Amino acid sequence: MKKEHVPQDMSSLGKITKEVQYATDGSGKYVKELSSGWDVKINALDVAWKDIEGRVAGARQQVLDGAASPLLFFMEYRLMDIGILADYTGFWKWQIKRHLKPDVFNRLSEKKLKKYADTFNVSVEDLKNMTIHED
Amino acid sequence: MKIDFQHLQSAHCESGVTSSLLRQNSFSKITEPLAFGIGAGLFFAYVPLIKINNGPAITFRTFPGLIFKRTCDALGIPVIRKKFSSTEQAEAFLLKCLEEGTPVGCQVGVYYLSYFPKEYRFHFNAHNLIVYGKEDDNYLISDPVMENATKLTSYELERVRFAKGALAPRGQIYYPKNQGEITDEQIKKAIVKGIKKNVSTMLHIPGWFAGVKGIKHTGNKIKKWRDKLGLQKAGLYLAQLVRMQEEIGTGGGGFRYIYAAFLQEAYAYLEQDELMEVSSIFTQAGDLWRTSAVQAAGIYKGRLGSQEDFNLMGDYLLEIAELEKTAFKALNNIKWQ
Repeated sequence: MKKEHVPQDMSSLGKITKEVQYATDGSGKYVKELSSGWDVKINALDVAWKDIEGRVAGARQQVLDGAASPLLFFMEYRLMDIGILADYTGFWKWQIKRHLKPDVFNRLSEKKLKKYADTFNVSVEDLKNMTIHED
Repeated sequence: MKIDFQHLQSAHCESGVTSSLLRQNSFSKITEPLAFGIGAGLFFAYVPLIKINNGPAITFRTFPGLIFKRTCDALGIPVIRKKFSSTEQAEAFLLKCLEEGTPVGCQVGVYYLSYFPKEYRFHFNAHNLIVYGKEDDNYLISDPVMENATKLTSYELERVRFAKGALAPRGQIYYPKNQGEITDEQIKKAIVKGIKKNVSTMLHIPGWFAGVKGIKHTGNKIKKWRDKLGLQKAGLYLAQLVRMQEEIGTGGGGFRYIYAAFLQEAYAYLEQDELMEVSSIFTQAGDLWRTSAVQAAGIYKGRLGSQEDFNLMGDYLLEIAELEKTAFKALNNIKWQ
């Protein structure tokens, strides 16, 4: 790619930092050039986040319908699968699968709820009510 | 406590960290492209059984830590690398290094990396940065993909050093042992070693899912995605491919350009004409990766969507696979003087 073809489409990263891209100058020699972003990448990221938003909304609905516990909502919101959540909380995967059932979740001790709440970076109260304050 | 350290921005995190950590000993001669090439950083693998963010796991890079390790090995520089089971030990060791005046590389997760924009934060644990000092509760951070040096509080740094999930960094810290000046002779040998290693990982790795065979396999697979997955999910998969390919710290098209730059720099040391010829093939490959990304974007944006569009997308990858095969074969055939 030639230096002058390095894309300069403003991305959310571009507002914070430009990225280095190696590109060729007039003589064909590679030099470092800065890029503020590329539409193709921005769109790919948008597609990923739109999918995530859909999953979060779907999870919220499942919780409201009583088909899943609030854990499902926060897992989608924090982009976690059961494996990652197990690593962060120290619970076994099969325990988390049980805790995803509303009636099991409702009987969890304060201590266990606190573990989940800390992992998701929310209070226990917010965990139960699917409330998000930050970002 | 602040070590005299100059932040340098690079295209890829690990080759950037490697180049920066070796700067003092090499008098800046180990540039990012040299570190990337000597570390045999170019790779491709399609891992069908693993899902990342509900999409296929496609990687354009070697395992985290390998670029640094291979580069130092090829140059004959011993490496110190430590993992920790406790956060206290991890911080104590870091502080000890800083007190001794050694800037260190850390493997971190990006999900809680506070200076990254939210849109870029996924549970990706193979990012690399350099810690070069501490002021009050703030660690001084040189993150190679950022334009400027930055900071993390001790809590924030602990959280990213102990991120969980696949490839969890477990507080991993690494740095080259100080060995005095790196000579041109060492660099020449290391370049040849790095090229041979990359030839082997791209051409001779067993299995159909990795190396140039992996690119070809993925190309053929993509042609079937439309029927197999439906248009929406296929679009999602393609968006994932492009993100793995072009995103900060990963880079696919971008990696080909770094490799092309490496071969140019290698020529300055070794003066084998083939290096320049192959460099231009990698430039073509990089361009073609980008063309394929534009085609993919047409699909995930909904502008394209016919089976022919998927065929064309797959064909781009088949063409790239051939191109890179030619390039690595040419490198393989060089008679080193």
